[in-house]
Amino acid sequence: MISRKALACSVCLLFAGLVVNANVGADGEVDPDKDLEGIQQFFKNKFPDLPWEEFANGSYALDPAWRANWELIEEFPPYEVAIANGEEMWNTPFANGKSYADCFGEPGVQHHYPRWDRDQGQVLTLALAINQCREANGEEPLKYKKGAIVDILAYMAYESRGQIINVVVPEDDPRALEAYKKGREFYFTRRGQLNFACAHCHFSMAGRKLRTESLSPALGQATGWPVYRSKWGAIGTLHRRYTGCNKQVRAKPFKAQGEEYRNLEYFHTRMSNGLPLNGPAARK
Amino acid sequence: MKGFRLLFVTVCVGFAPLAQADDQMVEEGRKIAFDVKKGNCLSCHNIPGGQASGNISVPLVAMQMRFPDKEVLRQNVWNQPQFRPHAMMPPFGKHQILTEEEIDKIVEFLYTL
Ligand code: HEC
Ligand code: HEC
Repeated sequence: MISRKALACSVCLLFAGLVVNANVGADGEVDPDKDLEGIQQFFKNKFPDLPWEEFANGSYALDPAWRANWELIEEFPPYEVAIANGEEMWNTPFANGKSYADCFGEPGVQHHYPRWDRDQGQVLTLALAINQCREANGEEPLKYKKGAIVDILAYMAYESRGQIINVVVPEDDPRALEAYKKGREFYFTRRGQLNFACAHCHFSMAGRKLRTESLSPALGQATGWPVYRSKWGAIGTLHRRYTGCNKQVRAKPFKAQGEEYRNLEYFHTRMSNGLPLNGPAARK
Repeated sequence: MKGFRLLFVTVCVGFAPLAQADDQMVEEGRKIAFDVKKGNCLSCHNIPGGQASGNISVPLVAMQMRFPDKEVLRQNVWNQPQFRPHAMMPPFGKHQILTEEEIDKIVEFLYTL
């Protein structure tokens, strides 16, 4: 059993080792603004010739062969059906006569999520907000990794294209910083029998090849969800991808939309602040 | 002359099983190293004889020269992060991803590179 303190310390060490500049104050406090600056600078230095907006295209920005294949796929986007289904869901009233519009106003609101919800005292993701909307209107919640949730998310993502990611950690609520720190710690903690942190694959090794797979930079990974993956043969959520990345290091995945993954999404999405949303996307 | 021949034959016969055992170990080591479900070393290292390798780390070549002490080489496979705390290499022995015997075989294979 590793003590919390030792764990926190190994997290800083790993981060320091990977990013060189540990964005942590002398008191060991994480400053989310310095953190963001340090992380984005790290990737800009790593890929000095990459135009900023290209980060939103993941490994396709870095691998010309993959990119050619991807551009072909995008000519007949495999996620179009999901968008159409989602639009129908949006326009179909719930049994009580209300609809998603009564909760969200308009569909293009993805750039307001994930966000810190002061009243709930937790990170509110778009997927969670969708189910809260349904339950408040007497509808069954949707499953979180595939199926109807992906349709409504795909439609909302499509309507949000071009909006700029701007995840905020409000300074006047220490619980928000706590959630951010937990998400960050998750990202830099080694886990599973294979002993990798998310950062091993998506920070220092970004752009390199793991066998034949090009590893995408962490910066930009949050822009395109939900994603159609050829490997899934379907479109799936970000938390489904988290599950996959946990499993491939032989770690036990966490619950989709549970606290761990929502905090992870909070930190993970914030790294992409300033990039335009471009979901739904297609990936290998 | 006859005596020499006899001696030569005896020596060969005497060594043959030993050499064979080594070859077999090396060959098994290679299989374990290349097996995606075992060592999967090619996902990160270029290794002579292997195909479609990744480029996460250094090519595994000239191993005898770089690791004159075989035990140090074994320790690298057993738990790489003890040498480089941030390295992205699974601790094959420490986390029991491979058995001690499998690691021995891999080390024999590495020593032929
Ligand atoms: C062993 C290496 C490895 C580890 C560790 C790993 N990933 Fe991945 N990840 C990959 C590979 C390979 C892909 C597919 C290629 C790509 O897009 O990077 C991928 C893809 C992704 C994607 C999709 C990117 C896109 O553009 O669609 C996300 C998001 C992601 N990983 C997040 C994570 C998170 C969060 C963790 C930690 C829980 C993690 N990864 C750990 C290897 C890894
Ligand atoms: C996920 C990536 C990964 C895998 C899989 C992997 N390695 Fe490594 N290996 C590394 C990294 C990273 C290092 C540290 C050297 C460096 O910084 O590149 C390393 C270092 C080594 C070294 C020391 C090299 C030196 O010059 O110091 C040896 C030997 C080695 N690996 C053998 C193996 C063997 C044998 C396997 C399979 C059983 C294997 N590796 C699997 C990533 C990996």
